[in-house]
Amino acid sequence: MAKGIFITPEKCTGCRLCELTCTFNKFDDFNPEDASIRILYLDEQGLQVPMTCIQCDEPDCVDACPVEALTKDEETGVVKLNQDLCIECEACVEACPYGSITYSTRHNRIIKCDQCDGEPQCVKICPGGALEFKELDGELKDKREKVASQYSTTFKKVYREVAK
Amino acid sequence: MYGWTGKIIRVNLTEEKITVEDLNMEDAKLYLGGRGLASKILCDEIDPNIDPLSPENKLIFMTGPLTGTYASCAGRFNVVAKAPLTGTIGAANSGGYFGPELKFAGYDGIIFEGKADKPVYLHICDDLIELKSAEHLWGKDVFETTDLLLEENERDARVACIGPAGEKQVLFATVMNDKDRAAGRSGMGAVMGSKNLKAVVVKGTKSIKVFSRDKFKDAVMDARSKLDQNGVTGPGGGLPTYGTEVLVNILNEVHGLPTRNWQDSYFEHADLISGEYMTENCLVRNKACFACSIGCGRIVRIPDGKYKGIVAGAEYEAGWSYGACCGVKDLNAINKANHVCNLLGLDPITMGATIACAMELYEKGYLSKEDLGGRELRFGDAESIVEWTELTGNREGFGDIMALGSYRMAEKYGHPELSMSVKKQEMPAYDGRVLQGMGLSYATSNRGGCHVRGYLTSPEILGIPQKVDPHSTEGKAALLKTFQDLTAVVDSSDICLFTTFAIGLPEISEMLRTVTGLEYSDEEILQIGERIWNLEKLFNLKAGFTRKDDTLPERLLKEPVKTGPGKGLVTKLDVMLDEYYEVRGWDKEGIPTEEKLKELGLEGFSFAKA
Repeated sequence: MAKGIFITPEKCTGCRLCELTCTFNKFDDFNPEDASIRILYLDEQGLQVPMTCIQCDEPDCVDACPVEALTKDEETGVVKLNQDLCIECEACVEACPYGSITYSTRHNRIIKCDQCDGEPQCVKICPGGALEFKELDGELKDKREKVASQYSTTFKKVYREVAK
Repeated sequence: MYGWTGKIIRVNLTEEKITVEDLNMEDAKLYLGGRGLASKILCDEIDPNIDPLSPENKLIFMTGPLTGTYASCAGRFNVVAKAPLTGTIGAANSGGYFGPELKFAGYDGIIFEGKADKPVYLHICDDLIELKSAEHLWGKDVFETTDLLLEENERDARVACIGPAGEKQVLFATVMNDKDRAAGRSGMGAVMGSKNLKAVVVKGTKSIKVFSRDKFKDAVMDARSKLDQNGVTGPGGGLPTYGTEVLVNILNEVHGLPTRNWQDSYFEHADLISGEYMTENCLVRNKACFACSIGCGRIVRIPDGKYKGIVAGAEYEAGWSYGACCGVKDLNAINKANHVCNLLGLDPITMGATIACAMELYEKGYLSKEDLGGRELRFGDAESIVEWTELTGNREGFGDIMALGSYRMAEKYGHPELSMSVKKQEMPAYDGRVLQGMGLSYATSNRGGCHVRGYLTSPEILGIPQKVDPHSTEGKAALLKTFQDLTAVVDSSDICLFTTFAIGLPEISEMLRTVTGLEYSDEEILQIGERIWNLEKLFNLKAGFTRKDDTLPERLLKEPVKTGPGKGLVTKLDVMLDEYYEVRGWDKEGIPTEEKLKELGLEGFSFAKA
């Protein structure tokens, strides 16, 4: 069974250490815009939701990629991006139903979670236990998918729509 | 540039002129950022004798070299101006997410000067900086203002703003950010209101760079592991489990919880307003500020009534000021009153303590029912704390008098001695007779009555870094100097003071060195704190404060504690104050000696003239 990042929103304190360690680990500086995990704040419910790629079994981004830069690794479960093949067309950004893929204008590249080659740094730094890296059976996978789809519309509205 | 972004925005509101200046690196090295750097700029640019609510005052938002990184609890910023409540230099800091966003936009700080003709707000999105009309926002509360500003700008922007209290220049109005985080004390919101500045909206997409990736990571992870292992800050520790309200029962147990306007120091209903009670009965979940592994913030449920909903829970200080200090045991009412403070933009410490003072004035017959618009006002009345907070934030009826704080209110009715304040700012939730060191801390704080300039509660009660006898005056002066200097470093870095339950000068210094690349020794960094403290003191001296202002309310000096292990004690201030001035290198009048100023590079410091 492949391991994945499992999210429990009820345990998230909204500290954003996951965002910070993600960009620091990948780019040596701090910039949440370049993180492949973001926190969605739902103040009226008093809830914070970490949103990141759920490494779909049938990924729309892979289907959308015209150059096969994105592939699903059946062994690790990760949807991998091959930077060398990527032509930065952003078709995957459009295709992802959860808003989990972005394009960084600072690094001129697609930003997508790769689970840090099996040692996700966001999980390591998370103080509240909202992020766990564990083997995901059908039930846990369904739960993870449910969280992502439940909040994707709000998430995209806050983080992915270009300001007026 | 590492740590700092190297740019500061200057906004002249009178002329509607916006400029971006280079950070003065000499000042940045000597004062770091946050409270220290903003204070240096304020001292360079204003005459300490100006009216704090005049256009001559300046309002400075400033982050520090650690803000926006993943250093422990590094999400803070400071707001600095001459304070309207005290007339001293004012500085208030806040967490949330606003400070880091300002750095992501590419700026260390913003200096506001002059006064806008009509209500405006500042919108920053990276290189775009613009003043926009805020006429449609004037009169609106903090939450509505924030929602509207996110709607009309970037949805993932961050907002700092004032509520009606700031607009109406209530002397203890706050600058609020991310809705419920506050740069709370000394009236920075009133200064913002006096400038017709409703809000700052910021969105940033730039990166913050660090000098040494690996060494910085090591320094931060070392600090993090110490925070995690600490009984106050770590998982399962006091702050994550119960929030700051964890202190209620601890202080009450030693009879150090000021009750009914400090007439008592033990509250018989403390358990009903405690962190334990809140966790069991109203807590929804914890909320953390930026880059914080502690997560002491409480999201709580208000079960019914006009304020029904899910809101930020009262912190220890608000829980105390509205609770024990007003003799109120209803935690729902306390959470409501605290929420009204967030909506209107009020400092709940001064607000609660001012209501408590009015309660004593009323019960002693110095305030009449007529003065209060036909109402009674007695200790223990839960409804009144919410009502008077609303009336004060909107300056209605007697709320217009409460808006001046307890000192001016009590003075107007002939009994200033019943105001539990230092330099006209209300003291917080630790009895300075039972905690002698905290008594000295209140008397000498550069922004008036305050617990977060030298938190001697930590050694006196919590035993961190080591336990000292709270009832004794021995060694308190020297201990306080170290705490005050280190706190100035913390406030200028700009990280959360709560980290210092677990980490100290060596850890903070290593994070500062590795983020900036500057080769400071630990001693030099602590000396930065001492420099900041002395500069603030020079400002206050220039503004007319003297040794006689470094004092405490008569009640602490003359009325002994009635119960508990500290029974019979008053604050032995005179002894400690002489010793304190001596360890500070100040003369008998509390004036820094030439020698001390020379040591700190402050000799011949001259302030701007009006």
